Amino acid sequence: MSTSVVKDVTELFNPEVRAEIDRWVAKYPPEWKQSAVMAALRIVQDDNGGWLTTDLMNDVAAYLDMPAIAVYEVATFYSMYELKPVGKHKVCVCTNVSCMINNADTIVEHLEKRLGITFGEVTEDGRFSLKEVECLGACGGAPMMQIGKQYYENLTPEIVDAILEGLE
Amino acid sequence: MANEVCLRTLDLERPWLLEQYQSRGGYEMLKKVLTEKTPPDEIIEEVKKSGLRGRGGAGFPTGLKWSFISRNAPGQKFVVCNSDEGEPGTFKDRDIIRYNPHQLIEGMILAGYAIGATRGYNYIRGEFWEPYERFEHALEEAREAGYLGENLLGSGFDFELHSHLGAGAYICGEETALLESIEGKKGQPRYKPPFPAHFGLYGCPTIINNTESLASIPMILEKGGEWFSDIGVKNSGGSKLFSISGNINNPGVFEIPMGTPFSKLLEMAGGMKDGREIKAVIPGGSSAPVIPGDQMMELTMDYDAIAGAGSMLGSGAVVVLDDTNCMVKVLDRMSYFYHEESCGQCTPCREGTGWLYRVVHRIETGQGRQEDLDLLDDVAGKISGKTICALGDAAAMPVQGMLRHFRDEFQYHIDHKRCMVGAG
Repeated sequence: MSTSVVKDVTELFNPEVRAEIDRWVAKYPPEWKQSAVMAALRIVQDDNGGWLTTDLMNDVAAYLDMPAIAVYEVATFYSMYELKPVGKHKVCVCTNVSCMINNADTIVEHLEKRLGITFGEVTEDGRFSLKEVECLGACGGAPMMQIGKQYYENLTPEIVDAILEGLE
Repeated sequence: MANEVCLRTLDLERPWLLEQYQSRGGYEMLKKVLTEKTPPDEIIEEVKKSGLRGRGGAGFPTGLKWSFISRNAPGQKFVVCNSDEGEPGTFKDRDIIRYNPHQLIEGMILAGYAIGATRGYNYIRGEFWEPYERFEHALEEAREAGYLGENLLGSGFDFELHSHLGAGAYICGEETALLESIEGKKGQPRYKPPFPAHFGLYGCPTIINNTESLASIPMILEKGGEWFSDIGVKNSGGSKLFSISGNINNPGVFEIPMGTPFSKLLEMAGGMKDGREIKAVIPGGSSAPVIPGDQMMELTMDYDAIAGAGSMLGSGAVVVLDDTNCMVKVLDRMSYFYHEESCGQCTPCREGTGWLYRVVHRIETGQGRQEDLDLLDDVAGKISGKTICALGDAAAMPVQGMLRHFRDEFQYHIDHKRCMVGAG
């Protein structure tokens, strides 16, 4: 543990992040600030290039007046939080049944070959990371993937190439 | 008859906008209820009459669920919508939120009025960013129009509604795990009883219903419970959204009457791809036991018909498999899913899903042992009914279904260290 300097919670995060967390806090009863923890973790993760550090989780705990362990529990339970650096573009590919039987493996192989990485890895230039995900509820467009907030459906290797080339 | 209830605005341009929804009579039911001060019991009675059963997969009668709330109990009550759509194969609620968010909002307000709740949350899975933004926009429109907030349309009734975003956890589709998640905790199911109707969100009386169930409410009240019930068949009132995917030409979401023959649904979905033979169908999401294709072609899409074939209608997620698929590989992937998504709370599920996956996986990869099929039966049997929530059963049922109908394929894998289908 670092020295226990009590931080002024009103100085945690930048003003935009703080405002966004506050918008979520306001949705819940005043005594249930903790309800905003999932949103807060997402917001600070996005602000930190897509992953959470222990310091950030501690700050979220202080800001929402929660024990740090309760924040770690949430951050490790849900699959969309990242505890290690990810690429600027996190490429999440569904391999569950409907995608699998519509050749998701071809998409995965193509991505691995093109990016030179496998699931759980980041490209050397930090631009891309690959992640295997469970059903994302878009089986009508199988095979599919998600990059950032966007779904991409009915994929072929050619379509994947066009998508990746279109990203900054 | 199709697209009569939740998808009834789908033919409009930008149907998610308030003015479009209103052009089809949207929010008229809410206005009527608020101005006439319809007795809440009448609303619950109408929902009971409709035969609407929980569209998330459990199929529990919605009206009955609502009647468990003691309306006059003091203190806050909540309406929670479960839009944590995650059962593999299911993608219908995403379309309701994207294309008809106002009908869901109206349904939630009416549900709140019926049970005496003044606050609601719509729990949307975290990956659904586009639907979330649509829903947020619809909330703003509804608020501006006076359908949300205090003293709705001068009636004295208040209702505030917010969305809550998940962050990737199948288990949060389980209603009490979902409530834990809104409370800012790990999504681990609660022991029941007490049920949410008595001890729900923040310990308050809560009803929690699936997106499709709540979005059906305005039409049920407008046209009457009997109208809705008559669309379907006995024990399966109404129409239902079926998400159909797999080896078919035109996968998608179809809102059709309960009791529609599966063969008709398959036809609507463009039939089998590349003229292949149908081998099997998973009729209600991946936890529903598989049904052989020829048997499925004789069935109708309703609770009783699918249950009679040893499976379940579940969320109405239909995955169609053609004859090129190896069932061992399919089960391998499904077992991995349940192992990955077990919340870890109950030992039979936490350990058992790992056993199921590892044993199926070794059969799939040519390492199967002669005793493995009995072992799978044994492990599945030891998970079923021995856990707090239904995830354990959901993991065991597909294994049991596959072994019931395709045991020979598993045996072949063990005997020959390879697949009897195609080149696998």
